[in-house]
Amino acid sequence: MSSPLTETAPERGANPAGPLPESDRKPLTKKELAADHPTWCPGCGDFSVLALYFKLIEKRKLWHEKIATVAGIGCSSRFPYFVQAHGVHFIHGRALPFATGISLSRPDLHVFVFGGDGDGFSIGGNHVNHTARKNVKMTYVIMDNFVYGLTKKQTSPTSPIGFKSKTDTWGAVDRPINPMKQLISAGATFVARATHTNPNHLLQIMEAAMDHDGFSVIECLSECVEFYEGAFDAANPRKGGVFNPVPADHDITDEAAAYKLADAPFPGHFGIFYQAKRPTKNALEAGINAKALERVNGAKPWQILQQSFDKMK
Amino acid sequence: MSDLSTVSSAPGGAPKVARISEVVIRIAGNSQDGIQAIGGFLARLAGRSEQEVMTFMTIPSTISGGPSIFQVRVGTGEVLSSGDEADLLVAFYQHSYEDHINSLRKGGLVLYDSDHVEPKPEWQTDYRHLSVPISSLTVEAIGGTAKDKGKNIFTLGLLAKMFALEVPKLERLIAERFGGKDQSVLNNALTAFHAGYNYSLEGVIETFCFAESRKRAAKQVVMNGNEALAYGLIAAGVRFGAGYPITPWSDIMETLRRELPKFGGTFVQCEDEIASIATAIGASYAGRVAVTGSSGPGISLKSEALGWAVMAEIPLVIVDIQRGGPSTGMPTSVEQSDLNLAVYGSHGDSPRVVMAPANVGDAFTTAIEAVNIARKFNVPVIILSDQAIATRIEAFAEPELEKVCQDISPDFTPVPTHKPYDLNAPDSVAHHVPPGTRILDGKYPVATGLEHDEYGHPTGSPRLHLAMTAKRRRKLQALAATLPTPPIYGPPEGNVLLVGWGSSQGPMKEAVDRARAAGDSISCLTIRHIHPLPNGLENLFAGFNHVFVVELNDSGIYGYGQLAGILRARFVDPKIRGINKTDGLTFKVKEILAQIQERLAETTAQN
Ligand SMILES: Cc1ncc(C[n+]2csc(CCOP(=O)(O)OP(=O)(O)O)c2C)c(N)n1
Ligand code: SF4
Ligand SMILES: [Mg+2]
Repeated sequence: MSSPLTETAPERGANPAGPLPESDRKPLTKKELAADHPTWCPGCGDFSVLALYFKLIEKRKLWHEKIATVAGIGCSSRFPYFVQAHGVHFIHGRALPFATGISLSRPDLHVFVFGGDGDGFSIGGNHVNHTARKNVKMTYVIMDNFVYGLTKKQTSPTSPIGFKSKTDTWGAVDRPINPMKQLISAGATFVARATHTNPNHLLQIMEAAMDHDGFSVIECLSECVEFYEGAFDAANPRKGGVFNPVPADHDITDEAAAYKLADAPFPGHFGIFYQAKRPTKNALEAGINAKALERVNGAKPWQILQQSFDKMK
Repeated sequence: MSDLSTVSSAPGGAPKVARISEVVIRIAGNSQDGIQAIGGFLARLAGRSEQEVMTFMTIPSTISGGPSIFQVRVGTGEVLSSGDEADLLVAFYQHSYEDHINSLRKGGLVLYDSDHVEPKPEWQTDYRHLSVPISSLTVEAIGGTAKDKGKNIFTLGLLAKMFALEVPKLERLIAERFGGKDQSVLNNALTAFHAGYNYSLEGVIETFCFAESRKRAAKQVVMNGNEALAYGLIAAGVRFGAGYPITPWSDIMETLRRELPKFGGTFVQCEDEIASIATAIGASYAGRVAVTGSSGPGISLKSEALGWAVMAEIPLVIVDIQRGGPSTGMPTSVEQSDLNLAVYGSHGDSPRVVMAPANVGDAFTTAIEAVNIARKFNVPVIILSDQAIATRIEAFAEPELEKVCQDISPDFTPVPTHKPYDLNAPDSVAHHVPPGTRILDGKYPVATGLEHDEYGHPTGSPRLHLAMTAKRRRKLQALAATLPTPPIYGPPEGNVLLVGWGSSQGPMKEAVDRARAAGDSISCLTIRHIHPLPNGLENLFAGFNHVFVVELNDSGIYGYGQLAGILRARFVDPKIRGINKTDGLTFKVKEILAQIQERLAETTAQN
């Protein structure tokens, strides 16, 4: 144990993440929150999602340093560059497990994940399932444009049958997934649907998602004006469509009813489809740790390790 | 190796006691017979008796059972490998007897269960045979319900008698092992043990006792390499890990899952290896270096995310417990064929650190060193262990835990401004502040896999990609400059220098001892820092006519293995050649010696 690198590396002085005097801090303004100018095409639906994220932070008085904004790869996943907060631009499809690492080790942070339909439902599909099943505390916004934007118009897992993409020039043939059903069946405890053309509704849903103690997911229709123009006109009253809220009498704790609701043909309903109270993985792990810590009874780490070593003699 | 070959009773019929310095015992049976447990007891006992011990085992990869062996070498001198040949073979079944008689040296002793084994007349001359009805005596001792259960402990009793082992210590070990359970389980175990111990070997065979062992300064602990690695990570201050099961990595994750909560930490079982590394990087990013790990196939899955950690300069420890490959390969066999994957695996130029522990005690040390390198250089560090180190039980000097345990809690002190990827930073190392840290000028960083400027903003600038690529590489050059040149075992000049890594170290050193005793001019060195290599190796190599790299991987298209390939690329020296094999087993000393002769003969033939 004599190598030069085995000594404790110097610390910058251990300072807990304790709350700073926040009373004197004013809510962050859009100006303070905006980072790089978004590289999205003019008119891209993703702009509204970003604007509403700023609104959410401002309205709910979140601080720069208390937010982690995480994304995978895609047009929508460029999100973190545009937000003035600790951000992560990870690899394609794996933002959720990354965010899980943050969420489970840092209960003091708000963890938000943004990404596309390909990122979430194709390459990252299984991570969605397991993050939902484990109910890891975070908010996940899937900016669904029914197409692969960044790679320039290939079929996505939400592209409707018949959609003419570069990989299906004759029209998509594979059955698209139903995001609401998929998320509910995976065990997500907050499942909602929104669209970028109804900002007040989207903000309301984002707030509810953030307040949910668990894995909250929003599928937000976000038009790709470049490769799937007009995809969501049917949900936009200004384009002659209808915005159908989730019916007032829908019981959001009723899983079967939520499924039924998700069966409605496009443009379907908007609002919270399903919400359940179930212990988060964060809480379950904290419970395991509380029990274990009680047993070690304040012993220092080296003493706990010593107890294990004493059994191996 | 000791001499168990003289059958002789002292005059007057009193049993003879022979003094031996070490013994190699191979126990062969089926995996469900609990032979690993006998080996574990013997190893622990040796550790408590300040003897050196090394074990070796094979377990079938199917859980339904199948032939399994445990070999233990216990001695009073330095034990470097599990031994080429056994002095004593304990055979539970006919297949154990027939398949393993070859591992016994001529004149060695085979103790067989006469309830299951029909000894072969033609083997009687070469090997001493000792017949004990192990199964029926066990049933007799602890009752018919026990069936075949307990015969391992009965056998332990027999061995205790044969080798004059310390009974009270063994009883204590048995009590520790079975104590927590139903009292009757412990009683049965002790009854079986005493039945074995009291079985009359007198007049049939002499007993042996170990020569006084040299006293050690420090107390010893006894564990396998995976345990040592897991505890090393905890000592280093790691409090978060994520993984997916695969043999032989799994028991590291099981240990961490069980232990970390006591330290306020968490280990997460993920849906796959990609999620595991992503989760671990997420936790590292959040402020405290985390661990993920796997074996061969799982490491392949991690390689994309590894590239991200290199690019974003996030510290991480990745454990690879190598097994036979490629693909599912030989899941429970040893191989050292992931070296190229560890050093180069991913895409683009992605410099990372690779370290290889050389034995069980070193696995503990390496874990701490890996964590500190990862933190100091903000880089992923791969710990390249192997199945042999992972599963063998060894005794090593107990580390001073109070001194080695580290606190690596993150620091959230606000900073006035923050430039993570400063091109002029000392040693080119990126500097991160974890989320939760307030940055007073209001400019927050994005950790990114895109090429970036000094603040982490994406860039397509040719100049920046060039500068940042060089920056990520320069960190490793700075690290290399701090690494100690490995010591040479034996004289610094001579004819042959063996170079080894990982579990090849033990048999390699023993090969040097043996060859030197026979008058050869030979030395060896072990490389722990695989990538970057320590500086100054060329000066060490200069002292020898031949450099042979001993590694458990294929000799390759051009006649040398994976580390040899790197050394040849680094030093452009054709005197570097390979000693390789891929039978899934650790090197035997005699195999290394034979290949040295072959290599030397090739040279003579060429000249
Ligand atoms: C491992 C890997 N495979 C493929 C890609 C290429 N790629 C980048 S984004 C993307 C799909 C993007 O679609 P989506 O997630 O729907 O995001 P959008 O651009 O539509 O917002 C693909 C295939 C990649 N970056 N990494
Ligand atoms: S390509 Fe489509 S999704 Fe991407 S930025 Fe342009 S409009 Fe938005
Ligand atoms: Mg998309």
